[in-house]
Amino acid sequence: MKRYLPYLLAGLAFGFVLVKSEAASWYRIQEMFHFQSFHMFGIMFTAIATGLASVQVIKYLGRRRSLDGQTIEIPVKPPGRKSYIHGGFIFGLGWGLIGLCPGPVFALVGTGSIGALAVLAGALHGTWLYGALKDKVPH
Amino acid sequence: MTNLLSWLNAPWPWYVAGPLIGLMVPLMLVIGNRSFGISNNLRHLCAITQPNQIDVDFFKYDWKEHTWSLVFVIGTGLGGFLAGVVFANPDPVALSPAAVAMIHNWGFAAPAGLLVPPELFDPTLRNLTFLFAAGVLVGFGTRYAGGCTSGHAITGLSTLQLASVYAVLGIFAGGLLSAWLLVPHLLK
Repeated sequence: MKRYLPYLLAGLAFGFVLVKSEAASWYRIQEMFHFQSFHMFGIMFTAIATGLASVQVIKYLGRRRSLDGQTIEIPVKPPGRKSYIHGGFIFGLGWGLIGLCPGPVFALVGTGSIGALAVLAGALHGTWLYGALKDKVPH
Repeated sequence: MTNLLSWLNAPWPWYVAGPLIGLMVPLMLVIGNRSFGISNNLRHLCAITQPNQIDVDFFKYDWKEHTWSLVFVIGTGLGGFLAGVVFANPDPVALSPAAVAMIHNWGFAAPAGLLVPPELFDPTLRNLTFLFAAGVLVGFGTRYAGGCTSGHAITGLSTLQLASVYAVLGIFAGGLLSAWLLVPHLLK
């Protein structure tokens, strides 16, 4: 159990920031998609810049081990194009409607939102549907 | 002490929140050589609940190897509870005046202390059906694309992956279409 504690704390920090920054707000997401405030763009740009800089530092340091003794490797996504564009588009349609992507869904479920729970239930069914139709959609 | 409390209750500016979110990428690598991403958990939750009689290959794997990831989203829920209930911001989301005017025009009231509009999130049958249906798009799309905002926009772009550039373009196109063409008519 002890080895999972760092993940619990990291997740807790993530959920806290999502709510405090209002990235988990439908209002903020509509404002972003209508280019009416820099707020959400500021979050995304500084998050990516921080991630990018940290990854460069990790690469520069060379072969290092994680806290649980594994060699740190920068994750690589499988090659492709269609699945990323189509999947992203379908996800984006949902995100634009309800203003919640998966991280904020979990954070809002934690606040006791029945609406967010309905989104989570839908998302699980959508995931299930993809699993069942996987070989029938273009990749 | 009063200062600390007011800071915990207040909303955080983008230049504090963004870097903290970005730090999740190296943090997960340092903790256990993990790739930061949330939507994979939707797959794990399906794998856990898949009945033996039905077998969809996509959900036949040892989800226990991904317990760390499920623990992470349990933490995310706890973090949401702390930030949204225990240290809740007493003030409404400080939207730009342009955004307030826009949502008024769509028939929504100005934000009043909640992160999501009661017009869409109050648990009426109509709302829950709408939220469930939009959730289906989120679940289907994220698994089809192999990631969401965290896995693609943050981890993927931070590690300079072309796949994530495609995904982010798709996500933004879909979001724009919904926000400009569908959302204005939701309450009409």
